[in-house]
Amino acid sequence: MKSNQDTTHFVAPIEETPLLATDAVKTDQAPLSLWADAWRKLRRRPLFIVSAVMILVILVVAFFPGLFTQTAPNDNCQLANSDGAPSPGHPFGFTFQGCDVYARVIYGTQASVMVGVFAVIGVLIIGVTLGALAGFYGGWVDSVIARLGDIFFALPLVLGALVVTQLPFFRENKSVWTVIMIIVLLAWPQMARLTRGAVIEVRNADFITAARSLGVSRIQSLIKHVLPNALAPIIVLATMELGVFIVLEATLSFLGIGLPGSIMSWGNDISAAQSSIRTNPAVLLYPAAALSITVLSFIMLGDALRDALDPKSRQR
Amino acid sequence: MKEAHVTTSDVTITEAGTPADRPLLEIRDLAITFNTSNGEVKAVRNAHLTIMPGETVAIVGESGSGKSTTALAAIGLLPGNGRVSGGQILLDGEDISHAPEKRMIELRGNTIGMVPQDPMSNLNPVWKIGYQVKETLQANGRPSGPEDIAKVLSEAGLPDSHRRAKQYPHEFSGGMRQRALIAIGLSCQPRLLIADEPTSALDVTVQRQILDHLEGMTSELGTAVLLITHDLGLAAERADKVVVMYRGQVVESGPSLELLQNPQHPYTKRLVESAPSLASRRIQVAKEQGVEAADLLAPAAVARAADNVLQIQDLRKVYKLRQGLGKSSDFAAVDGVSFDVLRGTTTAIVGESGSGKSTVAKMVLQLEKPTDGKILFDGVDTSLLKPSELFKFRRRVQPIFQDPYGSLDPMYNIFRTIEEPLRVHKIGNKASREKKVRELLDQVALPQSTMQRYPNELSGGQRQRVAIARALALDPEVIICDEAVSALDVLVQAQVLNLLADLQSNLGLTYLFITHDLAVVRQIADHVCVMEKGRLVETGSTDDVFDAPQQEYTQALLNAIPGAKLMLPPEVA
Repeated sequence: MKSNQDTTHFVAPIEETPLLATDAVKTDQAPLSLWADAWRKLRRRPLFIVSAVMILVILVVAFFPGLFTQTAPNDNCQLANSDGAPSPGHPFGFTFQGCDVYARVIYGTQASVMVGVFAVIGVLIIGVTLGALAGFYGGWVDSVIARLGDIFFALPLVLGALVVTQLPFFRENKSVWTVIMIIVLLAWPQMARLTRGAVIEVRNADFITAARSLGVSRIQSLIKHVLPNALAPIIVLATMELGVFIVLEATLSFLGIGLPGSIMSWGNDISAAQSSIRTNPAVLLYPAAALSITVLSFIMLGDALRDALDPKSRQR
Repeated sequence: MKEAHVTTSDVTITEAGTPADRPLLEIRDLAITFNTSNGEVKAVRNAHLTIMPGETVAIVGESGSGKSTTALAAIGLLPGNGRVSGGQILLDGEDISHAPEKRMIELRGNTIGMVPQDPMSNLNPVWKIGYQVKETLQANGRPSGPEDIAKVLSEAGLPDSHRRAKQYPHEFSGGMRQRALIAIGLSCQPRLLIADEPTSALDVTVQRQILDHLEGMTSELGTAVLLITHDLGLAAERADKVVVMYRGQVVESGPSLELLQNPQHPYTKRLVESAPSLASRRIQVAKEQGVEAADLLAPAAVARAADNVLQIQDLRKVYKLRQGLGKSSDFAAVDGVSFDVLRGTTTAIVGESGSGKSTVAKMVLQLEKPTDGKILFDGVDTSLLKPSELFKFRRRVQPIFQDPYGSLDPMYNIFRTIEEPLRVHKIGNKASREKKVRELLDQVALPQSTMQRYPNELSGGQRQRVAIARALALDPEVIICDEAVSALDVLVQAQVLNLLADLQSNLGLTYLFITHDLAVVRQIADHVCVMEKGRLVETGSTDDVFDAPQQEYTQALLNAIPGAKLMLPPEVA
């Protein structure tokens, strides 16, 4: 006996410390996938609710602008109304050309949202594919894709867009689609880098080795196991980029290298408002506010998603 | 106050001591509450323990039992969402359970030192070791010149300490890092040292050295030690008193030998029964059961048991280590390893980290190509398999991996996880696959309702059973268990080992069992291969190797099993 001081042998009353079966399965809760778990967390977050409602409204406005205004944005422009103050039926007043600002803001939503959504889809297709291949296979594939991405990284977005739009193809076919193509071309490397990192993190997990030793081929294990597990950060970045791309479209349009003037967009309107900022700031204010609110909602949504999808907050 | 004393009087030391020997640390009726997203959770209830000056007390319990939380409360380092919600922590008679941060800072280092669990993450990688020692010395107002730092490090058993102090943590091995952490913990000669699983991340031989050294140092300095461990054998070997915690409560405490020999609480009894490292006696019983199980095998299976399902011949694996531009040196992870695996038996490969045992497993699984040598499976050289044959080979040889948190895809529910091998090999239709999954869950003793759950809802042991079910889905002949039970709590480990033994006797499986834990080997293996630095140093039947180890290295490994030297009287075992 080593101890000579405290020889008390204490036993807790068994009824107070009942013995449970070793390692019993908890059966009291509903099963939870990552997505179900994320949804459960999200629906209690005000940040998510507010941003989701705002995005829903924005989408409805984008696809059904007619629901929100009876005024056609271009037909009724009367110079008599030039820089006119708000009047019944025209809550935001009139532009220099005498067009209804409210109607233009409503109808401008479509182009902005379209650019955002399709640019993100394009970036996802190219960025995730290249990033996943680079991360999963490593070696020379990784080096080639990484250097390619670096080249695009080195181009400042606006400068790059300026150069690209001067190419004959883009100059002659100015449309929503050329703007989307330009954004995708210049913005995919960020998505590729993120995907690459996420894939590398998952690639060496034991469950990939387990799948491989079950006879799952490499490419199958990439598609079925690696990518689904790397999806969370990709979704977060995509949501945030949606907002960023809408700003980018506005920037390009403002500089006159984005959407052609014939297409109504917030960027074009902000650009046109330059001349009348002093006399009629409302012309600038409303499209800019619409732009900010849209971008803010997507970035807020991205933030909420990041918290909900954070694997560290998952119970073990 | 008076009442509190009465309720805990059965553990306080009042009876034996004079007023002079007041306990150094006394925890009374301690309750700790955590605020989580699911409301308040009581992590610890009614915890009590007493540490006399210079005494070593161990808290034993499974993960989540509240053992670390109790210790962290004593040093005032509970996580932000945790708080002491009841009871007292008396340090030398002073209640520190709600002491202001300023007082705690005074106490930490000087009076209470701490050796944290994971040597890999507890040293700051951007500062030199010497600086990190200096930081502690300075914080406690002690001399912190280069000589003092070197002295502290050399006392913790780091040779050449002047040079070592100028190195960064990544230049240290795991054992050396743990020594550095012990040096930091003891640098200010605290009266109480809290050691939270100080060696659980280390190899057994290193663990032994470090614990020996820690014991020597603390008895020299007269430091009391609060040792936190999941290993009852280790606790009994190193501590004067053992406190067993279960689900946040102290269920039993007392002098260590007394507790081992005469466990009263059902949980302690269960722990003592399943501790792999305790006494040879129980392991004998386990082995006899194994023999009986073998006898129960169908005669056909016994007859077949003569053939070697796996033959490893002169296996070599060389990795090229890059050393700057165009230069590389060879590193033989596995060097000239040969052994045979008998059908229907368990062969264990034992070794410490870096011995190459996992590389052997990967090569047998055809996940790595051997540099040299042959692996014959059922007499066929596996390196000559065509892709289609390899696909068939995968059906017959299946792995189970170490990390139960990493080996299941978190996005797949349990049904999809277990069904995947069937789907990949296009076996059966949807209905028959579901039936098979249900059968497999029954085989591994999981309720069928587990099918709809996701890995993150299951415990480590349950995940490991799911991994076993997945491995069994294709009716394999050989299962390679790579440290399959190392990450599990003792009770769960015993459960999984029993399951594996049952499955072996029912299905005639062959196991290749890779482990660092000799105590586990004794419970499950028929043959043992001991590896050191890529080479096979000893092979033989489990009995031969354990009873009469031929090599010094094997002997060292055997001696390092914690609790191995504790000879319990037969009637206990």
